[in-house]
Amino acid sequence: MSTGNAEIINVTIKVWRQNGPSDDGHFETYDQAITTDASFLEMLDLLNDSLNEQGLEPIAFESDCREGICGTCGVMINGRAHGPQKATATCQLHMREFQDGDEIVVEPFRAAGFPVIRDLAVDRSPLDRIIEAGGYISVNTGAASDANLTPVPKDAADQAFDAAACIGCGACVAACPNSAAQLFTSAKIGHLALLPQGQAERWSRTEEMVEVMEEFFGSCTNHGECHEACPKEISLDFIAFMNRDYVKAKIKNRALSGQA
Amino acid sequence: MAQTTNERYRVTPVRSKKRSWPFPLNIYQTAVGRKWVMALTGIGLIGFVLIHMIGNLHVYEGPARMHEYAESLRTLASGIVPKGFILWLLRFGLLVMFGLHLHSAITLKNFSGHSSNTATLVGGAKKYEGGRDHIAAGYASRTMRWTGPIIALFLFYHLADLTWGWWLGDDFVPGDPYHNVSESLSSLPVAILYIVANVALAMHIFHGAWSMFQSLGVNNPKYNHLRRGLATALAGVILVGNLSFPIFAQTGLINEDNRECPASEINVVECLAEQAEGH
Ligand code: SF4
Ligand code: FES
Repeated sequence: MSTGNAEIINVTIKVWRQNGPSDDGHFETYDQAITTDASFLEMLDLLNDSLNEQGLEPIAFESDCREGICGTCGVMINGRAHGPQKATATCQLHMREFQDGDEIVVEPFRAAGFPVIRDLAVDRSPLDRIIEAGGYISVNTGAASDANLTPVPKDAADQAFDAAACIGCGACVAACPNSAAQLFTSAKIGHLALLPQGQAERWSRTEEMVEVMEEFFGSCTNHGECHEACPKEISLDFIAFMNRDYVKAKIKNRALSGQA
Repeated sequence: MAQTTNERYRVTPVRSKKRSWPFPLNIYQTAVGRKWVMALTGIGLIGFVLIHMIGNLHVYEGPARMHEYAESLRTLASGIVPKGFILWLLRFGLLVMFGLHLHSAITLKNFSGHSSNTATLVGGAKKYEGGRDHIAAGYASRTMRWTGPIIALFLFYHLADLTWGWWLGDDFVPGDPYHNVSESLSSLPVAILYIVANVALAMHIFHGAWSMFQSLGVNNPKYNHLRRGLATALAGVILVGNLSFPIFAQTGLINEDNRECPASEINVVECLAEQAEGH
């Protein structure tokens, strides 16, 4: 979409290059002329085209939907996860956020749980391990049940939806000085624990997801950086909710609800 | 149908799950549970600091009242239990809380350190080449791991100073806290030390008293807006109260002139007790 006053700017891209997981990696600098109407990833695409033409290895980065819903595209841009614009995933960031002559530093998300695969691409699969530990509800298959069989009040649905908006991009971990995955995990736990369908496995889910999270990620000190970085603006309230449910899960008599 | 995942592509966990301890110790094994312990002991320690500060305001009532207050701590509930029993119980409780607070802080710091070890670490915090704009993390929250050790070191100094009387030597008069406080804090370097340490303490409480609500999951739109205010008020009250002692000792409001029971006398403690009785 043109804003009508697009201009061409020249930017210097200082980007992390790492030739595989065991390579040490280093920064390389490239110049790129780009219209301010282009998205950040389109700018990287053009840069890769010219690297290809020069016979150089293009920069590896991930993207899929390019509309802010799949969560694959996150990188650190000038020290901020997903770049300078609030509530925006990297793929939805546009070059009009930058000025002519800017140097833009692009790095992969950093955390022990996110090893670099190549250049800007990191392995975010530990987030999948957390989901596998309980980020689902168990439903016996059969004929699909009527959509409105279980009444959910509108407000509760809205709250659960706010949590469900998490796209699993990992920006919260990247921005966190402790590399904690509290915002992601609590969004997933909150999403299910706020709905009637999530109650049957509520306590075992919370306990197991938190414990798998702690196998990979750090300990939250309530800085709040995750919320600032989150493209979906997940609230810190979910972290508090998870912290309480976790210790409740430990103390509760779960035998009676079959979740021991 | 279960998807099969090739094990080779799995990211190895930063730490492996340990065999769990018996309930309720297993809560302390996890980082989320350990933060609960940090928060609960934090509440206890803030309570202590607040009462300690309020109690010490007796210094403004003069040497006799200060002595009386100090004595009253020893004789708490002395009708039921031996003299000093409650005081020692409190001291023991404080020691346990302080130990747990410290242990959880150190272990969780390492925990987070290991979880960030592929990043460049500067002073235990992640550092990005593009600079780390801290947007939400305030100065107080980022310096918890500095203000904490400062407070611990100061606590040791403070105990050695006014409980054990190591530095005052012969000038230290057991049972005459007014004299000891005024003697110690009238030295400018000591007063500065107390001021610096208490600013660190207030900053620590400013973040801690807010953070503990989150750690404990005490979060409710009905009162969320009050949490920051409460933390600020607690930190502020404790700061003002505690700073008043070194400042007034320096400016002369707390002084040794015109004492009815000169601290140099042998029977100063009896004299103070009699004077307090006379009130
Ligand atoms: S909580 Fe936000 S930042 Fe974290 S993974 Fe989900 S969408 Fe990304
Ligand atoms: S590419 Fe899908 S969220 Fe950015």
